[in-house]
Amino acid sequence: MATVTEGRLFGKSIKRREDPRFITGRGTYVDDVKLPGMTYAAFVRSPHAHARIKAIDAARARKVPGVIAVYTSQEIKVGGLPCGWMLPGIKVPTRPVLAQGKARYVGEPVAIVIGETPYAAKDGAEAVSVTYEALQGVSDGKKAHQKGAPQLFDEIPSNQCFYWTIGDKAAAEAAFKSAATVVSQPLLNQRLIPNAIEPRACVASHSPATDELTLWVTSQNPHVHRLLMAAFVLAIPETKMRVIAPDVGGGFGSKIFVYNEEVAVSWASRTLKRPVKWTAERRESFLNDAHGRDHVTEAEMAFSREGQITGLRVKTHANLGAYLSTFAPLIPSYLYGPLLSGVYKIPAIFCEVWGMLSNTAPVDAYRGAGRPEATFLLERVMDRAARQLRLDPAELRRKNFIPAFTGGTPYQTPVAFAYDSGDYEPALRRALELSGYEQVRREQTAARQKGRYLGIGVTTYIEACGPAPSAVAGALGAGAGLWESGQVRVDPTGTVTVFTGSHSHGQGHETTFAQIVADELGIPMEQIEVVHGDTARIPFGMGTYGSRSACVGGSAIVKCLDKIKEKGRKIAAHLLEAGEQDLVFQGGTWSVKGSPDKKKAWGEVALMAYLAHNIPQGMEPGLEATSFYDPVNFTFPFGAHVAVVEVDAETGAVTILKYVAVDDVGRVINPMIVDGMVHGGIAQGVGQALWEHGIYTDDGQLLSGTMMDYAMPKADSLPSYVTDRTVTPSPINPLGFKGAGETGTIASTPTIANAVMDALEPFGVRHLDMPLTPGKIWKAVAAAKKK
Amino acid sequence: MNVPVTMTINGQKYSHEVEPRLLLVHYIREVVGLTGTHVGCDTSQCGACTIHLNGQALKACTMFTVQADGAKITTIEGMAKNGELHPIQQGFWEKHGLQCGFCTPGMIMTAAQILERHPKPTEEQIRHQLEGNLCRCTGYHNIVKAIQWAAEHMPAKK
Repeated sequence: MATVTEGRLFGKSIKRREDPRFITGRGTYVDDVKLPGMTYAAFVRSPHAHARIKAIDAARARKVPGVIAVYTSQEIKVGGLPCGWMLPGIKVPTRPVLAQGKARYVGEPVAIVIGETPYAAKDGAEAVSVTYEALQGVSDGKKAHQKGAPQLFDEIPSNQCFYWTIGDKAAAEAAFKSAATVVSQPLLNQRLIPNAIEPRACVASHSPATDELTLWVTSQNPHVHRLLMAAFVLAIPETKMRVIAPDVGGGFGSKIFVYNEEVAVSWASRTLKRPVKWTAERRESFLNDAHGRDHVTEAEMAFSREGQITGLRVKTHANLGAYLSTFAPLIPSYLYGPLLSGVYKIPAIFCEVWGMLSNTAPVDAYRGAGRPEATFLLERVMDRAARQLRLDPAELRRKNFIPAFTGGTPYQTPVAFAYDSGDYEPALRRALELSGYEQVRREQTAARQKGRYLGIGVTTYIEACGPAPSAVAGALGAGAGLWESGQVRVDPTGTVTVFTGSHSHGQGHETTFAQIVADELGIPMEQIEVVHGDTARIPFGMGTYGSRSACVGGSAIVKCLDKIKEKGRKIAAHLLEAGEQDLVFQGGTWSVKGSPDKKKAWGEVALMAYLAHNIPQGMEPGLEATSFYDPVNFTFPFGAHVAVVEVDAETGAVTILKYVAVDDVGRVINPMIVDGMVHGGIAQGVGQALWEHGIYTDDGQLLSGTMMDYAMPKADSLPSYVTDRTVTPSPINPLGFKGAGETGTIASTPTIANAVMDALEPFGVRHLDMPLTPGKIWKAVAAAKKK
Repeated sequence: MNVPVTMTINGQKYSHEVEPRLLLVHYIREVVGLTGTHVGCDTSQCGACTIHLNGQALKACTMFTVQADGAKITTIEGMAKNGELHPIQQGFWEKHGLQCGFCTPGMIMTAAQILERHPKPTEEQIRHQLEGNLCRCTGYHNIVKAIQWAAEHMPAKK
């Protein structure tokens, strides 16, 4: 393993320190937690999308051997699940922990059964008899808006939770009036189901001795879980609740939110005075994990005669599901509309969003969260425009780029965001180079002569990471701050423990954060421990989502290190009887400028901080620092992706021949880890473009409810990827990070969709909705051939 | 009701009385207490529960414990020998073949079978034979690289 003797670790592909436990099967995921006296929970779920619950009869279930208890909303009297983001005029439906009176989507929990074993609990759940009166359901966000559509809540007319706009309506109208060309495109951004490979799980254990509730839960943000559950749902002091998110097997957004199951399980543990465990079956993940995307959109873009964008108008119906999940309103509003300028100079934008309820699982943040929807819209429309304007798609993009701004002056878009820094052309140039763009275009022409259909897709994108600052978020409706905490504790022997409010569920913080600390303190990584995921150990934390860990969580750690170094310098100066300004700190040693023999090593200073035998007068002993870092702005990574695909016109099958991603995520701590995140993101985005679709029938039955029916990206349908980077540091945080967790997903969906549509150009097919399955493509080609 | 079963897991003999319906993966995780084998999907799609049973890679969520009576099983915990990582484990570490780590044990067990079938596999062979294992983090890129690394570092067969 690397040590400080090898020089700075920043920017090096250090092997991950967390890997040994994972590759030997010694990780501790929530389902691996075993406690004495453990009981197990199973849920009874609504098979109806919309139904009145007439009666629940648990008598037979209670007699099943091994069943301990059955609870319904009659017994579990706690607060509803909170919604953490309020938009102006929003109507928030009450979301009970277990269905109350009505069930509003298939899979909504109706009762919880506790058993001595998981099998006994499941037997019990089978034996609970619920009498339903089925009602008409509606699954489509736009149809839910129509007159006569089934109503989910009496108090929310037309199923409309909110109507939200951003931009300048009059300016946009004027732009369209004077436009030389208008490109219109209706778009579906289909519903996706997150499918982290570790299903959600929780273990709740209540101690009658201390009245403390400990909850192990698959969470991306344990403190947020504790805050929301203690304050709004269970009504217990935060001091009496500890939330632990141990090793977590992927999140992708779906493990941000507070869910019914963990509340019911916590309540049951407090009631039964025994630990209770619940682990989702995959079927339950499909039914009740918060889904992603699901937009129905009409977009139109206005162009000048010269091919400059002059305006953009967007109307989107965002399907939010049957209830508002924790951050549901944020995703199709502030994480969507403000992204609509992309990397382009667009003088006038107006975007309207209708937030709709439907008889489907709640929809919330899923990798990218709003930004993929905005990027797909922009990039599909840009491609349609290039064809309509008879311009090369790369050229049209280049023509409309915001000119480079890297000097610290932000670029103000017409939709609220002020981008931190950007230089978009080099990333596009590099992506075109790596893909051999000109050459592939020639090959495409030649192949078409032979009846082979190659397609080239280009996307240039912007991304917004590390939502901030807290005061602005609060003004826009956030129920939480968007800062991050860090704590650095130096032990008397000089070893260092870093406590971060970020949470790693695959991101590798135990490695990357240690790299930063090793560099800043000049000590080997072996002396550094990174702790995350436990409210009892970490002061507070907002967790990991929105690609915020490095730029917000990492910056909080850097702030701590500044304080540690400052205090260390004072102690060293005191011991060396030198002025602080005369000391150099390098390689973990403070030495006097010009007299390198006069020095104090890191360990000596750390020890003295704790011995306190000889520290400056008035100084408190000890060596530890805490920081709460609230960034002044989002960060804005960007990049260009290019894909080459071949479509088999006979079968409709798509093969990805080449995939090139050039991303600018600012400065990079560990290139191997960033590349890995880009790879995974690409696969997820390709999944949306080609295969994945959470399909409900019109009345709300989930058809793609298992991995047999929902097409997950597999190794044999994906290529190896070519990745590269340009580096434009963000001026807003100390180390210049922009964020890297979601770029792949954001860019790859439109890149692949554009490539497939490019391949279908000879057939005159202008647009198909995702996923671009062989069946859909074959039908389109067959219809075109008939004409 | 319960049925006696005996099997050898990672070289150690286990005897228990189990419910006939108990899935092998639950036996390994809950009864024996080896939690490195994971459950990801319940329908044999994701492969997180892959183990070796009598030398064959097998999805342990698809088999009853009683069917494995008398079997010789290797799980992820049995792959490293005398504190030394198996070349496939090492490959996953070297090539960043994992992120959240949840699919990893199943991936490694499947990879072992791939390399047994194809000691020098092509990328296409690796990708094709990984079709029964799902990963949501890596996009498979580095998993393929990890298995290629392992192929180059596997000790020659005696």
